[in-house]
Amino acid sequence: MQAVKRVTGRMLPLDRADVDTDQIIPKQFLKRIERTGFGPFLFYDWRQAEDFVLNRPEHDGASVLVTGANFGCGSSREHAPWAIRDAGFRAIVAPTYADIFKANCYKTGLLAVTLPDSQVRHLMDLALEDPSAQVTVDLEKQEVRGDGFAYRFEIDAFARENMLGGLDEIGLVERHQSSISTYEAQRSAWLPAVK
Amino acid sequence: MPSTLGQKLWDSHIVRTAPGEPDLLYVDLHLVHEVTSPQAFEGLRLAGRHVRRPDLTLATMDHNVPTRGGARAADDLSRKQMDVLAENCRREGIPLHQIGSRRQGIVHVIGPELGLTQPGMLIVCGDSHTSTHGAFGALAFGIGTSEVELVLATQCLPQTRARDLAVTVEGDLPLGVTAKDVVLGLIGRTGISFGQGHLVEYRGSTMRGLSMEGRMTLCNMSIEWGAKAGMVSPDDTTYAYLERRPHAPRGAAWDLAVDYWRSLATDVDAVFDHEILLDATRLEPHVTWGTNPGQVAPVTGRVPEPLTDTDVRALRYMDLRPGTALADIAIDRVFIGSCTNARLEDLRAASKVIAGKHVHPKVRAMVVPGSATVKRAAEDEGLDAIFKAAGFEWRNAGCSMCLGMNPDILAPGERCASTSNRNFEGRQGAGGRTHLMSPPMAAAAAVTGHLVDVRELL
Repeated sequence: MQAVKRVTGRMLPLDRADVDTDQIIPKQFLKRIERTGFGPFLFYDWRQAEDFVLNRPEHDGASVLVTGANFGCGSSREHAPWAIRDAGFRAIVAPTYADIFKANCYKTGLLAVTLPDSQVRHLMDLALEDPSAQVTVDLEKQEVRGDGFAYRFEIDAFARENMLGGLDEIGLVERHQSSISTYEAQRSAWLPAVK
Repeated sequence: MPSTLGQKLWDSHIVRTAPGEPDLLYVDLHLVHEVTSPQAFEGLRLAGRHVRRPDLTLATMDHNVPTRGGARAADDLSRKQMDVLAENCRREGIPLHQIGSRRQGIVHVIGPELGLTQPGMLIVCGDSHTSTHGAFGALAFGIGTSEVELVLATQCLPQTRARDLAVTVEGDLPLGVTAKDVVLGLIGRTGISFGQGHLVEYRGSTMRGLSMEGRMTLCNMSIEWGAKAGMVSPDDTTYAYLERRPHAPRGAAWDLAVDYWRSLATDVDAVFDHEILLDATRLEPHVTWGTNPGQVAPVTGRVPEPLTDTDVRALRYMDLRPGTALADIAIDRVFIGSCTNARLEDLRAASKVIAGKHVHPKVRAMVVPGSATVKRAAEDEGLDAIFKAAGFEWRNAGCSMCLGMNPDILAPGERCASTSNRNFEGRQGAGGRTHLMSPPMAAAAAVTGHLVDVRELL
């Protein structure tokens, strides 16, 4: 994973709650065996409507997705954060996320940060009124800031450290080799093995 | 200190714990399928890593497999995913149940039926419905592809401890009401995100009375209200289901295992962070009317007035008007299948409703058994003959129209009575409209041509 400290850019206001991963990346695009190339299919069905926010030229090049509560519910497909990243987004701001989606974002280096409803509402309105408005999502300082505001966010300390350092999580776990072997040695003999 | 089932399962899998860090948990069984694994195996290959415990890893093909015509009927990309899985399993020595093999099936159906899913285990899979396995008193949850890679490489997973939530359901289920209705009724009450960050234990007299199949249906849909995992304390029903399954312990090991499993139950004085109470005796058969599983009502009800933007959009997508009686909604398709409701008991229950009747002339209906094993067992009892005589298509095992990655999809505008788990927009095919319900309810819809209260046919 590449290290990520902060993201500055314009916002895409996706003013919907409970956006599920089937909408983020529909199933017919899950057949790729790579981690890249999903961007063109982000919100594929919703994009068929001309006035869908992602089609509006004033939001071209936005890198911060601002959206409603329970974002990313449903399927565990990591293709969802891959598609969001591949389409040029580097951060998401929402009141809440589905657990698996949030974990997947952290592994992908996509800054999924949580702010209270009222602050997300402010960002949403700002993006609608002034699509050129810039915000910074700062992982080091744990704040989302823009012209005249700075909102503090909380984030899992371990995930934050991994993203800031661009750490290889597998490598981190492998450091605990001896603890893993010790645990394995005391597992009950009746536990099943597939071969 | 008194502890819950969920916390006992958590504690017994801690490899390492340190302040300010997630717990490192050991995975007893890692289930793998063709769609969420290719990038994980590729990551291993690029880093020169290998699978640590192929003996604790099992692969199957389920998400994109055609349900008739075999692998040749798959599109090129699907076939490529299947080939890549077979090659990855061969290289890493992972057992694979591929399309056409005797034990192939939906990953969450085959784990239990092989006896690989046992109480006390930690089970993960790159699939959100992994919570199904919690029915055995296991800690089971879905993970993303990066986590799949991590588990393949280390057999471990760093996890931040989840909170405890009890759902206590009391009383006997009325005639025509199933585990599916319990969970749909629950989600209708709590909404689709209430469970976030929680290990849910389903308890109470209703749970004790439910079969393993019913418990699996309930635990399966835990993710549909956002829960990290769903589980039921193991009991004699669990042990009776498990005993003599291919991978269940035998002889003295069985006795030792059962002694341990009995110790997993939540202690009397244990405290949950939240508790939800549900009266099973007042439940009715449920159907969804919207585009998420929380947009649901008893079949005796009507399409509600929209309360939110999400409701407004859902009604537009579903082409429904507020006030319409749910039982007046005509359907085009019926799908009996999925990891939620495609086990033998589900097929038996549906077959009872349709025996001697015929699928409505305007409806196309199909049954997709959850596994090749379920299919054979159903055929041994003659269930296939009942379905076929009634006009149902009888297919091979797979995820099929639950998510429509294979050729089984709805056409735009088609309306489906489905025993699956998600009614999201386009889930069963772009523009398709899904109403979730139990197998008997879907069977009843098939013969009447509209959503209907199955109790009228019993």
